[in-house]
Amino acid sequence: MHNKTLTELSKGLRSGEFSSVELTHHFLNRIDQLDGVYNSFITVTAEQALAQAAAADQQLAKGNTPVLCGVPMAHKDIFCTEGVRTSCGSRMLDTFVPPYNATVVENFAAAGAVVLGKTNMDEFAMGSSNETSYYGPVKNPWQTQCVPGGSSGGSAAAIAARLTPAATATDTGGSIRQPAALCGITGLKPTYGRVSRWGMIAFASSLDQGGPMARNAEDVAVLLNTMASFDDKDSTCLERPVPDYTATLNAKLDGLTIGVPEQYFGDGLNPAVEQAVQDALREYENLGATIKDISLPHSNLSVPAYYVIAPAEASANLSRFDGVRYGHRCDNPQDLEDLYKRSRAEGFGDEVKRRILVGAYCLSAGYYDAYYKKALQVRRLIQQDFVAAFKQVDIIMGPTCPNPAFEFGSKGSDPVAMYLEDIYTIATNLAGLPGMSIPCGLVDDKPVGLQLIGNYFDEARMLNIAHRFQQQTDWHQLAPPSITNVSLQDESIAHANGESA
Amino acid sequence: MTIERADIEKLAKLAQIGITEENIVATTNSINSVLTLVDQLQAADTTAVEPMANPLDATQRLRADTVSEANCRENFQNIAPAVADGLYLVPRVIE
Repeated sequence: MHNKTLTELSKGLRSGEFSSVELTHHFLNRIDQLDGVYNSFITVTAEQALAQAAAADQQLAKGNTPVLCGVPMAHKDIFCTEGVRTSCGSRMLDTFVPPYNATVVENFAAAGAVVLGKTNMDEFAMGSSNETSYYGPVKNPWQTQCVPGGSSGGSAAAIAARLTPAATATDTGGSIRQPAALCGITGLKPTYGRVSRWGMIAFASSLDQGGPMARNAEDVAVLLNTMASFDDKDSTCLERPVPDYTATLNAKLDGLTIGVPEQYFGDGLNPAVEQAVQDALREYENLGATIKDISLPHSNLSVPAYYVIAPAEASANLSRFDGVRYGHRCDNPQDLEDLYKRSRAEGFGDEVKRRILVGAYCLSAGYYDAYYKKALQVRRLIQQDFVAAFKQVDIIMGPTCPNPAFEFGSKGSDPVAMYLEDIYTIATNLAGLPGMSIPCGLVDDKPVGLQLIGNYFDEARMLNIAHRFQQQTDWHQLAPPSITNVSLQDESIAHANGESA
Repeated sequence: MTIERADIEKLAKLAQIGITEENIVATTNSINSVLTLVDQLQAADTTAVEPMANPLDATQRLRADTVSEANCRENFQNIAPAVADGLYLVPRVIE
């Protein structure tokens, strides 16, 4: 059952091939027996999942249910879940049990989806390797000595290891697309404002955007239909109708013009990754598309602009964690300042503290114009590059990441080496454009992602373009070798203890 | 721009994050590494470029000034580190 896509599982539930309770047991059993290696879940909600599955089976028996009714999935541990610990990968929120649900969580609950648990992530979504999680790194199911990418590494690894058919994720500088690429799955970051940020723990509010991950574009379209909504609780949410993203999946690509930015194929790109991307572009030509060379001249400034804007916003957002109202509090504070300083020093990990300090510096008196204002001006230049490009082309394509998954610890102690892994994904967040990563090859037996960047609100077209590629290729169907030959114990003995961490 | 020990101490105060003596040098070095990266921005010509805070240049939507949420004080206090009589407890501030 775990090798079926979300769409296939939905059909199986409706045809009576299996029940939601059987399906949920199957995935919980896999998590129980396999996730000790991958560490992709922080919290497994077995008892609740089985209750949701039983309720879904009753709905399914009546017929006429939403397509996600009874289908198991997982939420990144950044989305608040009422009554279920939401850690954001941080010691600061290790015991935080939210009193409310994120809008995204509500949307999936209303559709009858079954939530298996909360997935691991870089602390406060700050990282590209999942090494900053308080709960330990996630292992890449393709090669467990390698990182799964980040920050949504738990969601990506869990899907790749067939522990869940789908998961939610978030993307501030590449945190959906980069782990999707490194784990060989499909992920989409929508246009800024398409998915509600209410109840999604904030990192950099003008860049953060939730989006779905699954094995293929068809499943991602199904998920986005439920995930995207107008939400008056999020003042930056778009007041635009949500189209049916599955309706146009099969549209023909004749006449499509694909822009290929020269700056995404320069120094630093692994030649084998480049070859895989070029092969994918040839496939698109076979499908009727025309390739056009374009230029995004300010691309080289996207990483520097991001590392002013994101830390500045983070330093403001994370000031709420003060050890007073919720979250970690140090023992025996001597005075109020000691309470703040020690609670934050103990509650946050090194990368989070580094970004808060950088942000505080960029916003401090005397430096605001030189750093923050300058970065916001460069941000507009980067956006204008894209606006000009989309006058000539329908979609932009290139590599998602310069390299396939790298080994744990291989980036050393210089934070900038890690930051450069997001060199092709960050500009999309700065411009607020939708982006996707789909599998397009293997390098050193590890997956490589093709990045698609669409125009504003063009998610449906982007999904159509991804889906047509996936009908011609089978990269998205490959499973990590480590999971294909595992034999599991009898399912009936699993989860006798109900909910487990 | 290179920052030094005194700058880090000032930042630690601004950000209310304690930094231990043994971590000051490593913290200073890693922040300088990030600042060297972001200094590349200074080369960009941004004359007459309007700063962009929202990617869609959207302004914040306003809602009617009416009560929309129920009082959830007890729920919120349940997750606080220390409370009494409906108040959040912190160390004594005024002697």
